[in-house]
Amino acid sequence: MNRRLLPLSITVLLFLGMAAFGALRYPGFLSPQVFLNLLIDNAFLCVVAVGMTFVILSGGIDLSVGAVVALTTMLSAALLNAGWNPWAAMATVLVLGAAFGAFQGLLIQRFGLAPFIVTLAGMFFARGCCYLISTESIPIGNATYTAIAQARIPVGFGGSLTVGAVIAVAVVLVAMRVAHSTEFGRTVYAIGGGESSARLMGLAVGRTRIAVYLLSGLAAALGGIVMTFYMLSGYALHAVGLELDAIAAVVIGGTLLAGGVGYVAGTLFGVLILGIIQTLIAFDGTLSTWWTRIVVGALLLLFCLLQRLFEARSRKAA
Amino acid sequence: MKRLARHALFWPTLTLLLLILVSAIFHPGFLAISWQNGHLFGNLIDILNRAAPLIVVSLGMTLVIAVRGLDISVGAVMAIAAVVAALMVGGSFSADGEVVSEHPLWLSLACALAVATACGLWNGLLVVKAGMQPIIATLILMVAGRGIAQLLTGGQIITVYYPPFFTLGNGHWAGLPAALWVAALLWLALQLLLSRTALGLFIRAIGGNPEAARVAGVRAGALTLCVYTFCGLAAGLAGLIVSSNVKSADANSAGQLLELDAILAVTLGGTALTGGRFTLAGSVLGALIIQTLTSMIYSLGVPPEVNLVVKAVLVFLVMLLQSPDFRALLAGLTRRGNTAR
Amino acid sequence: MNDGAIVLQARDISRAFPGVQALNGVGLTLRAGEVHALMGQNGAGKSTLIKVLTGVYAPDAGSIELLDRSGERRAVSPQSPLHAQELGISAVHQESHLLPNLSVAENICAGRYPRRPWTRGGGIDWRETNRRARELLAGLGIDLDVTRLAGGLPAAVQQLAAVARAVAGDARVLILDEPTSSLDAEEVRALFALLRRLREQGVAILFVTHFLDQVYEICDRITVLRNGGFVGEYACAKLDARGLVAAMVGRELVDSPPAPHTPASESAPPVLAARNLSRRGQLQPVDLEIKPGEILGLAGLLGSGRTELARLLFALDPRDSGEIRVGGQIADPADPSDALRLGLGFCPEDRKHSGIVAELSVRENIALALQARMGLGRFLRPAAQRELAEKLVAALGIKTASIDTPIGQLSGGNQQKAIIARWLATQPRVLILDEPTRGIDVAAKQELMNEILALANSGTAVVFISAEIEEVVRVADRILVMRDRAKAGELPRGAGEDAVFAMIAGGQ
Repeated sequence: MNRRLLPLSITVLLFLGMAAFGALRYPGFLSPQVFLNLLIDNAFLCVVAVGMTFVILSGGIDLSVGAVVALTTMLSAALLNAGWNPWAAMATVLVLGAAFGAFQGLLIQRFGLAPFIVTLAGMFFARGCCYLISTESIPIGNATYTAIAQARIPVGFGGSLTVGAVIAVAVVLVAMRVAHSTEFGRTVYAIGGGESSARLMGLAVGRTRIAVYLLSGLAAALGGIVMTFYMLSGYALHAVGLELDAIAAVVIGGTLLAGGVGYVAGTLFGVLILGIIQTLIAFDGTLSTWWTRIVVGALLLLFCLLQRLFEARSRKAA
Repeated sequence: MKRLARHALFWPTLTLLLLILVSAIFHPGFLAISWQNGHLFGNLIDILNRAAPLIVVSLGMTLVIAVRGLDISVGAVMAIAAVVAALMVGGSFSADGEVVSEHPLWLSLACALAVATACGLWNGLLVVKAGMQPIIATLILMVAGRGIAQLLTGGQIITVYYPPFFTLGNGHWAGLPAALWVAALLWLALQLLLSRTALGLFIRAIGGNPEAARVAGVRAGALTLCVYTFCGLAAGLAGLIVSSNVKSADANSAGQLLELDAILAVTLGGTALTGGRFTLAGSVLGALIIQTLTSMIYSLGVPPEVNLVVKAVLVFLVMLLQSPDFRALLAGLTRRGNTAR
Repeated sequence: MNDGAIVLQARDISRAFPGVQALNGVGLTLRAGEVHALMGQNGAGKSTLIKVLTGVYAPDAGSIELLDRSGERRAVSPQSPLHAQELGISAVHQESHLLPNLSVAENICAGRYPRRPWTRGGGIDWRETNRRARELLAGLGIDLDVTRLAGGLPAAVQQLAAVARAVAGDARVLILDEPTSSLDAEEVRALFALLRRLREQGVAILFVTHFLDQVYEICDRITVLRNGGFVGEYACAKLDARGLVAAMVGRELVDSPPAPHTPASESAPPVLAARNLSRRGQLQPVDLEIKPGEILGLAGLLGSGRTELARLLFALDPRDSGEIRVGGQIADPADPSDALRLGLGFCPEDRKHSGIVAELSVRENIALALQARMGLGRFLRPAAQRELAEKLVAALGIKTASIDTPIGQLSGGNQQKAIIARWLATQPRVLILDEPTRGIDVAAKQELMNEILALANSGTAVVFISAEIEEVVRVADRILVMRDRAKAGELPRGAGEDAVFAMIAGGQ
């Protein structure tokens, strides 16, 4: 087997293993809708995590995504309640999300600031803006949004997906294409592999880095729109800790935190694993939901240590 | 005046004084201090008291940042320590109506601090031995730590009924709040350690140039481990102060976002995120600035949510001013190849 | 265009970085259909010049003129590597290893991927990419699976792939910085065959290497740099190997006679002895011993393994094999703090990167190693540090505004003296000095050399590494000559520079 696919295979096997465990232990686990629900309940995480994948592949990190998701829900709710056309509202928040991401990318690239701190401040800023709009939750009554939220697309086997889940799948497919077949995608991998080498090779490192953060902001805004369909409300406390879940999904999906190695498909499975942990705990009924945090933390640790081992082994071989 | 301006603590001190001044202008009586109920009372005292946990955490964070590291798990460690102490103290009514504790208070506090120290050690091992990036190593504890804390409490907020437990967060010694004494003593102890041993020199060497420090024979690995361990201890202490103050332990919200405040306090105080030279006094000032800002916003009638946005803008500004590329831009020079990238 | 027309003319190029003047009025003339060698020691400025030509750095002064495709000579100013490539200047840099996480084919074609037409789905045409890469490598005599990740390949193949990439871009000027450092004879032959083909096509090739025989095999002209300055341009036919080495390492005039040096006692047991010391990929097994009060010179060109040997002795790098004895006892230092406790000291070659802690004061830098040995508890108070530092500053003649000045503000020579002072404070049994006089003016150099002699006279053994052979010959009791990461031989005191040049330049 191609050695490159090893981390991804581990992730997929882990997912299948957990699914098998669930099937054996809990009756009714193997129903199609249970698995489709993984996508439905985690659609917004999936979209955000795809954006995060590109950032981490380039060797950076984006801690502001959760806050941008929340801000998107707040802005959407506020605009809709002010009478805006739903499509115009969606377009506006997407543009704002992209602009916010690009601004962070600019600070990181132009002034050499650490991505961690820039996006941390960005997180503060976006969350703060949420509170400035309202401290309370704002329900969304717009007809279009409600219709989209309630729509169900049958996919056979007696199961159905929401619009949000379909968006998530579409985002994954587009991102896979971008990562594999476009100059931009390959440059992202190149920067993660060795920024100074990539620069000396004449690759457009600066532009690509800014674009990566722009993409992450855009993905966060899109994830926010998906969350708006899911929750039908805007609330400053939405998506608290989402950035950590996104990072966990990306790492568990086999992407190296140091950058340069990983697949978008892996992130999809990372999200599914996070989803299935919660499903398993829900099916168990006796475990409290805090176990999710602990298991996620433990998985994160395991995968990080495996990554260190992998790096040390390949450095020795070289 | 220029020499004064170049002193490391000039800008933080000025900022703090400005904030106090603005608060005093808009809120008459802001500066008033009186003696009530056997202790000092007033807005300024209040600020000092509320800032105590942040000061303690910032002291630990300063040393970690000085060795080019970072610890974002401090909030979670605070929660864990608070929960351990609250659970061990418990509090039930005895036969004659008095509240007795499950375990002796000193034991409960000691265990809580021991657990927090172990958390710090854990972080240090991941960074030094496993070679993980500090952000990710401490992220793991940040994610899992709260889960563990919530597991221990079963998702409930643990209320403590045992009065002696409240002293740390609510009591007063010699007229000043107990929490303030703890923070001040910790600061003093650290300053003594830094001036009486080679610790300060070694930390600055490791942060300034880890390779050169290593070549010069400094045991960088062992020292870094100690620094992370201490940060965990400091977080534990802060957790005890907070839970003593609110007379309960809330695994979910104790220390929430405090790691961000601590990093901000350290950077406001003048310690660079790139490591090397550091200033404990600066971090104390930074913590006071943040607390004064919060109080000022509250007393101005501005919604407290503005706090976050203001903090964010502050962080952006401080970071930009610390960036050589930005300073070069301001000075009107830009030359390609100035910073190795 | 194969008529020897000047394709690239660089004049008076200067570039400074904080604390060091990397290039000072350097010129370079590259002609079509010619292989031009750029030679010089470490710190001579070769890499900086190449980075200026390829747009990584902007020069502080000077001009570059390029002959464009219509035959016009134009002034150009490359803004970035991408821009330089568009101008027709292509380079294989010394530190640009391939991107280890991408395939070989990707590394070769990155930035110039062949695309599939929109009608067939758009995006990168991977089949064509792989085919092109295969073809280019075949031209270099390599046949391998281009879809393999570059990271897993041996260094030699990576290097040739990097050359393939540079060649693919239809360049007018091709710059190769140390392209043969990990190639075997067969691969070098293939590379040179390619270079000859390119030469015939009229490409101007700039070739940086420290292998003298290769210079004479393939190059037509040589430009020599030393300490950031231009020494001269020579035709290969007119300059022999010894003359070339002499131009590179320079002959400094000695103003005053050296201080007297009492040679070490013949019968004394060695204070440091290493047997079979090696590290895979860094150093072949080497034996070495040194007596108290002896000065052992390590001579050799860039890349010969001198620094690697020093780092293994001081336990900065882990050794794969070998036994170290200090004072006759077997020792197993695992890291520098162990080595320090055994009585060893080490002044690194790159004082900026591994020597000084720039923000700390002179006083603290000097006290650092001694303090490290004393541990955390026994603290040298600032007053004691001051006393120690002042004594050493006076003894070594370190020029500093005050003992509390940040060491980063001192000149290179004074920084170097401060680092030596740091180790003197620990009163070591063996002191290893790696290029202590590099980048230092003549007067300071003289003082340093006298210091080293005085040190040896007082009983400390000194391992002295320098690229300036003349210096080594002047002070060393014995000279250990290194070549290509292995020991070439030893020469006794009194051996002249010529003997050393001969041993370095190639063994007969």
